[in-house]
Amino acid sequence: MMRLPPCQAYFPVSVEEAVRLRVDLGSDAAYVAGGTDLYPNMKRRQQTPAHLIDIRRIPELLELEVHDDSLVIGAGVTLTRLIRSEAAGAWPVLAQAAATISTPVLQNMGTVGGNLLLDTRCNYYDQSYEWRKAIDFCMKKDGAICWVAPSSPRCWAVQSSDLVPVMVALDAEVTLVGPDGRRTVPARTLYHNDGIEFLTKRPDELLVSIRVPPMGNARAVYRKVRRRGSFDFPVLGVAAWVRRNGGEAVADARVVLGAVGSHPIENAAAAESLIGRPLDEDSIEAAARAAAKPAKPLDNTDFTIGWRKDMVAVYVRRALEDIRTGG
Amino acid sequence: MGTEHLATPTADSYAVIGKPLPKVDAAAKCLGRTKFADDIVLPRMLHAKILRSPHPHARITAIDTSRAEALDGVKVVITGADLPNSFGILPVSQDEHALEGDHVRFIGDPVVAVAAIDEDTAVEALDLVSVTYQELDVIASIDDAVAKPEPQLHDYADDGNLHKLVHLEFGEVDRALEQADHLQEDLFFYEGNTHLPMEQHATVAEYGGNGRLTVWSSSQTPHYVHRALEKVLELPRARIRVVAMPNGGGFGGKSDPFAHEIVVAKLAMLTGRPVKICLTREEVFYCHRGRHPVLMKVRTGVKADGSITGMDFESYLDGGAYGSYGVASTYYTGALQTVTYEVPAYRFKGARAFTNKPPCGPKRGHGTPQPRFAVEVTLDKIAERLSIDPAQLRLQQLQPADSVTANWLKIGSMGLGACIAKVTEGSDWSNRFRKLPYGRGLGLACSSYITGAGLPIYWNAMPHSGVQLKCDRGGGVTVFCGSTDIGQGSDSILAYIVAEILGVDPMEMAVVTADTDLTPVDLGSYSSRVTLMTGQAAIQAAERIRARLLGPVAEKLDVPAERLEFSGSRVFDQTDPERGVTFGEAVALAEAAGGTVGSVGSYTPPRSPGRYRGAGVGPSPAYSYSACVAEVEVDPDSGIVVVPRVWIGHDIGRSINSSLVMGQVEGGVYMGLGEALMEEMAYRPNRNVVHKWPSMLEYKSPTMHEMCDVTTYLIEDPDANGPFGAKEAGQGPLLPVMPAVANAIYDAVGVRIDEVPMSPPKVHKAIKDKARGKAPRFGPSSVPSVPWPEVTYVPPPWEGGDGKAHPRPGLETRGEGG
Repeated sequence: MMRLPPCQAYFPVSVEEAVRLRVDLGSDAAYVAGGTDLYPNMKRRQQTPAHLIDIRRIPELLELEVHDDSLVIGAGVTLTRLIRSEAAGAWPVLAQAAATISTPVLQNMGTVGGNLLLDTRCNYYDQSYEWRKAIDFCMKKDGAICWVAPSSPRCWAVQSSDLVPVMVALDAEVTLVGPDGRRTVPARTLYHNDGIEFLTKRPDELLVSIRVPPMGNARAVYRKVRRRGSFDFPVLGVAAWVRRNGGEAVADARVVLGAVGSHPIENAAAAESLIGRPLDEDSIEAAARAAAKPAKPLDNTDFTIGWRKDMVAVYVRRALEDIRTGG
Repeated sequence: MGTEHLATPTADSYAVIGKPLPKVDAAAKCLGRTKFADDIVLPRMLHAKILRSPHPHARITAIDTSRAEALDGVKVVITGADLPNSFGILPVSQDEHALEGDHVRFIGDPVVAVAAIDEDTAVEALDLVSVTYQELDVIASIDDAVAKPEPQLHDYADDGNLHKLVHLEFGEVDRALEQADHLQEDLFFYEGNTHLPMEQHATVAEYGGNGRLTVWSSSQTPHYVHRALEKVLELPRARIRVVAMPNGGGFGGKSDPFAHEIVVAKLAMLTGRPVKICLTREEVFYCHRGRHPVLMKVRTGVKADGSITGMDFESYLDGGAYGSYGVASTYYTGALQTVTYEVPAYRFKGARAFTNKPPCGPKRGHGTPQPRFAVEVTLDKIAERLSIDPAQLRLQQLQPADSVTANWLKIGSMGLGACIAKVTEGSDWSNRFRKLPYGRGLGLACSSYITGAGLPIYWNAMPHSGVQLKCDRGGGVTVFCGSTDIGQGSDSILAYIVAEILGVDPMEMAVVTADTDLTPVDLGSYSSRVTLMTGQAAIQAAERIRARLLGPVAEKLDVPAERLEFSGSRVFDQTDPERGVTFGEAVALAEAAGGTVGSVGSYTPPRSPGRYRGAGVGPSPAYSYSACVAEVEVDPDSGIVVVPRVWIGHDIGRSINSSLVMGQVEGGVYMGLGEALMEEMAYRPNRNVVHKWPSMLEYKSPTMHEMCDVTTYLIEDPDANGPFGAKEAGQGPLLPVMPAVANAIYDAVGVRIDEVPMSPPKVHKAIKDKARGKAPRFGPSSVPSVPWPEVTYVPPPWEGGDGKAHPRPGLETRGEGG
């Protein structure tokens, strides 16, 4: 079988202790919660931290409650808990998206924080050490080249989390704690369009919680494209959020695409084609066409590039139809 | 076989046969107590790891193992120099080495092995081995193999990098096609896919102090492993014991002798300590031996009424880096086209290429799902073209029972008509086919499969299966047989059959299988042979036990022997059931009268009428038949195909255990759906021919979400050659699923997907092409040009043939005798 590299585990009980451990142990340490992303990566030698700081015993990271009309989700809350949560009932898109992540068994282990910080994926990268060695590695780990786009100076690994586009569409905020203290930033600023440096979070910062603002009279949905009804990461995720203030016209909208770039792609043009107009076939069609333009799938996930690109308009249309029909 | 049928029970009086009993090993499996090979832990056991080639094609110029050997905890490091003898499953393809010494042929080829005190140390040691390679030009595809005869992967190939070339003709095909009213010509491509058993291959070897080697392995074919170990290790077979552990799934993926089995045996011999290896999932992908990618060209002549006048079939197989079963696979892509519908004249050309990829071999259906896909989709097109219902087209030209086909296959019972009747009725075919709304469709396809290969893998005149029985004075019965339970229930089948004849409880019996020290040879769990062949051997052995018990019991009870009945673990007088003895008492009486009570039984298939070279592939004691209707829902905007329901009829001859048969049928449908919709062994030709996704996450196989509802109909029409009339169920029911789905997609959205898997991008492209007025089809457009050998012409039975090759009428070619 594939073996985990040897490592030492630590179980801090407070955020401060966890951050202190991280600082003391240095860059050879990593935070871990459910481990559903990190442990397979370690077996493949994509990451080989000598020290693992397990954050699941920190009470603050396990909170899940409505606070001042916002939903506050501790980073260590499991996906299963989020899916079953009554507190999150006013944000049904969260359970809808979380329930599509991997399998029920992995949802029992995997956490909301872990999913938001999911390593970018690429089928030149998510391979064993021996496999990667056979192609002389890639720039994301141990090598110099991007095999997806060999002349590219950057890595094109794919943002593959289902919750990331949803949190961006809902305009959530994340709270990070590092050696220099605590800061709260919009979720959309947590991500960076690069397969390697895909997070703006500093490595020693700990993601503590996520605050999701009230839905008000907005509606949001998530549509996921993948091969099978379970297990698979998205090859396309569409998170759509639409607010209509009483009348027919759309007051505000956000359309965010996952899995078609190294970061969540928030599509302003798609939103603009909705705002100020009724949510009807014409505006939805315009938004779907606008959304497809910036999507740049490359040949590093399941399915073919052309088909994935074609599916953007189809699934943006379907997501917006879901909102229109209340489905 | 079967010469001693005494008082065998009749169908309506069976106590065990046909009943949906639990498997004899079900409780242990459900409780997690079944011991698989990887569960074996022995004192002082070492762990082995294998270093594999990172290059698709290279010469090894130097290997330096010194740093690995110096690592603390490493006991021994071996290379190809330690295991120079070649091996391979077929006598004609002895082209593998347990560790390749100078020539590696795919990424994953084994090169160096390490035995260390634990797995981590062995992994660490591998990284310290330095191998220097000189890279060679890569053969990545069939086209490559045709274009580049050099560098050769193997010097024994028929032509350059074309491993095997076959050219057979039965009747004058060109004339038959000229006489047709319509000539249907089609090209198909069937992508390779793999077995994906849950259990990764594992092996443990121990070399005892008295010079005997024991190998416990997850293998479907311990007898062939036994022979390979003898050849490579140069150890007499009498000093080698191979035990096939219960397999956590096989599907053909554990039917070859494997490098890792030989490697741990050698490491155990060198260290004097037990050695274990358990492959990673990635290594299982490299062992492969799965479905060959096959490009096919079919030309079919039909009369205006749809009757076939002749068929001209070409197969191009991408074989991967080694021979494996490939010669047989090549023949199988041409063998069974004739057993479902009457084909008066038939030609087959087959070419298998060597390429720098993991070797292909037998996967469930071995070489026949690909051509069956081609034939069944072709028939659907012909039916459409001639405006004949596809079910009617098939029903009007079924190959008759008790007949001989153009290529000299002897057909016994034939229940395909009944299968078609059941699935068309169940699916309400006549009211729904071509009548469902756009996006929904029904498709029909049929198939047939062998119930055991008529010939063994190596030429010999001995039985294919042997069974020994030992009866204990306490009433216990032990069955010994070389067969291997790979989850299909072969241990249970032995117990049921013996229990039926001896009137004992199958759950009370001991079944000892797949152990070369203890059990008589059975050739292995492949070719759907086990129920029929071990079953017939078991019947013979059990009837011999009955014969031993009859006299002493008759004497004791003072009842004529012919009045004795074996039932309820008793032997008693039919006319006075109170008058009897327990089975244990009967054994004791026989033991007192004549000594230890045991028996043997064996089975050899009947000889096939085919006498031409190549006639060895295709004959079988009996052929199973299946018909399938698939219902699909196609999303035209995405090309995503959902199969909500399948109706499948299977001609089983007779069920030994109806629930096990249903399980096999449903499992076949599941695996077929995976092949139809998503599974593919994909490589990156521009990146070193590395396997694109050797993992269970990215190699897409259906989950329970994708599994359809299945309505199964078992057609029970006993075959004279089957035990109690039974035929196979393990492979045949997979075959019609892929073409049924393809035909249903056409019914749903009017596009032909002539390529497997029928993944969303392909369906979507065909739908878009159709909307733009282009050909509404996705599939290959050409076949390569191959130097075919001279034809072997065999007159079919209706042209007065004798099963042998003869010169073709009007040609001066020399035929080959058989």
